Amino acid sequence: MAGLTAIFNRYSTLFQISPLVITLTLFLVGPVIVIIILSLWKFDGFMTLEGVWTFRNYEKIFTRSLTVTNYLQTGKMLLITLVVTFVLGFTLAYFLVFDLVKLRTKMLLFLLCVVPFWTSAVIRTVAWMPFLGTEGIINQAVVGIGLSDEPLKFLLFSEFAVLLSYIQIFTLFMMAPLFNVMARINKDLIEAARDNGASSIQILWNIILPLCKPGIAIGTIFVIALVASDFTTIRILSGSQVGTVAASMANQIYNVQYPPAAATAMILLLAVLLLVGGIMRLVDVRRQL
Amino acid sequence: MRDGIKRAPGYWPRATLFYLYLLFLYGPIIIIVLLSFQADNASLSFPMQGFSLFYFGEVFDPQYIGDFRWPFGRSVILGLISMVLTMGISFLAGLAFRKNFKGNIIVFYVVVASLICPSILISLGIGIGFSNLGLVSQWWSGGLGAHLSWTLPFGVLIMLAVFSRLDPRLEEAARDQGASQWQTLRNVTIPITLPGLVGVALFGFTLSYDEYPRISNVAGEDNSLPVELVNALSLAATPTIYAIGTMTTLFSLTIIFSTFLVVYFMAKRRQGLGLKKAKAEG
Repeated sequence: MAGLTAIFNRYSTLFQISPLVITLTLFLVGPVIVIIILSLWKFDGFMTLEGVWTFRNYEKIFTRSLTVTNYLQTGKMLLITLVVTFVLGFTLAYFLVFDLVKLRTKMLLFLLCVVPFWTSAVIRTVAWMPFLGTEGIINQAVVGIGLSDEPLKFLLFSEFAVLLSYIQIFTLFMMAPLFNVMARINKDLIEAARDNGASSIQILWNIILPLCKPGIAIGTIFVIALVASDFTTIRILSGSQVGTVAASMANQIYNVQYPPAAATAMILLLAVLLLVGGIMRLVDVRRQL
Repeated sequence: MRDGIKRAPGYWPRATLFYLYLLFLYGPIIIIVLLSFQADNASLSFPMQGFSLFYFGEVFDPQYIGDFRWPFGRSVILGLISMVLTMGISFLAGLAFRKNFKGNIIVFYVVVASLICPSILISLGIGIGFSNLGLVSQWWSGGLGAHLSWTLPFGVLIMLAVFSRLDPRLEEAARDQGASQWQTLRNVTIPITLPGLVGVALFGFTLSYDEYPRISNVAGEDNSLPVELVNALSLAATPTIYAIGTMTTLFSLTIIFSTFLVVYFMAKRRQGLGLKKAKAEG
């Protein structure tokens, strides 16, 4: 027994980290390796030829004009979502941290903002339908008031619907880290600046914003990852009208074109890793935990 | 002005924006809850047609778009397994990360990669991996793995945050008093980190219970609830979907608020214990 305890103590760190390493090796590293292999197998248009190696799937990605269209679409949606969620998330966090006085109210309202994170994304997406449809609430109002004779068609099954849903949900991924860093800002700093005659805008620009950098970085990483990998919202709210990279990949998988889908996945993963890696070089995310 | 507080310039626009955002956040879900209580042959939007529990009956009618009881049961079981595994694995990993073991930076980056990796890549990778091993991925095998790849990063990051706020002197004190390693863990480390662990449990369960993209290709013949829902959506959008939405959202909310209550009372109790001890000693 004593021997066993000694062995356990000697290797305790190994015992503690192994479950995580094994699980992520099996279900993250493993799948990525599978995808790399799959992306190098030949696809003849109907069937996957296992073990026949080729770079054709990657060549196709870099020569098709659709790739450019897909990435431009993804980039555009990412940019709009980032800008709106940042402005919105920053203002909401600012309100909670600096405008509210009672800690209890702050926490309650903060929790109210993050509760939807723990509910079903599919249901939250579906919930936009009675709002945006041709017979939906907004169109009933628009036609009722007389703003338009016909119901607005761009509301549902469109890029607009997808962006609306992104902004609704992803804002909290931006707001939560911003709230976290803002709450740690020393209020004396702001007082001191004000005593020295700084205006509200100067305080915001020269004190609060720079101190919020780590929060902005973490929020941005979340939004990049979420927008880049979403295909569910696009399927439900755009009727697959919007061609982002992830959505086109989901279509390829649906049509059993696995090797081309795998190659698309690898390039998308690299793009996301490059963006996130760049941000993580600028800001030490781990120190923020 | 209330409490005599002088509001900062721009307070009211910001307050208005905040409450409008809450409306934006909760409005749609409140609407589908209302719409799910319509009578037979209802429309998908307002005005509401009558009031009944008709569509809640449809949810359990296998003749219609499918029986949702089994997928619900599977999702709850999957959520519970994910929860227990996420708690255990994340807690142990948190202990290891404190010791800054060799390679900790690599493991940390793998955890971050698991969080940001496009879901559909994981889903396809696990599915193809299983079939090349001659296996069929089921919800409890490949599906569970797919869920863990999503819940574990949250669990590990929360545990890292919890442990970075834990004062190591408390454990040193216990050891100095002669507590064994196991006793220190059992009586000092775990009780102090318990609220964080409850948080990990909340993430482990709800993120798994609601997950769609990562399991979409690997659930096997027996779908989890989100997969079944998306399938039903592509067949027909009816108020039945709203009824399922109402029920599953209520279920999620019950879980979330019970967790909040547990954490709240744990904090209260700890405060109370501290006061009692201080009084007894003082």
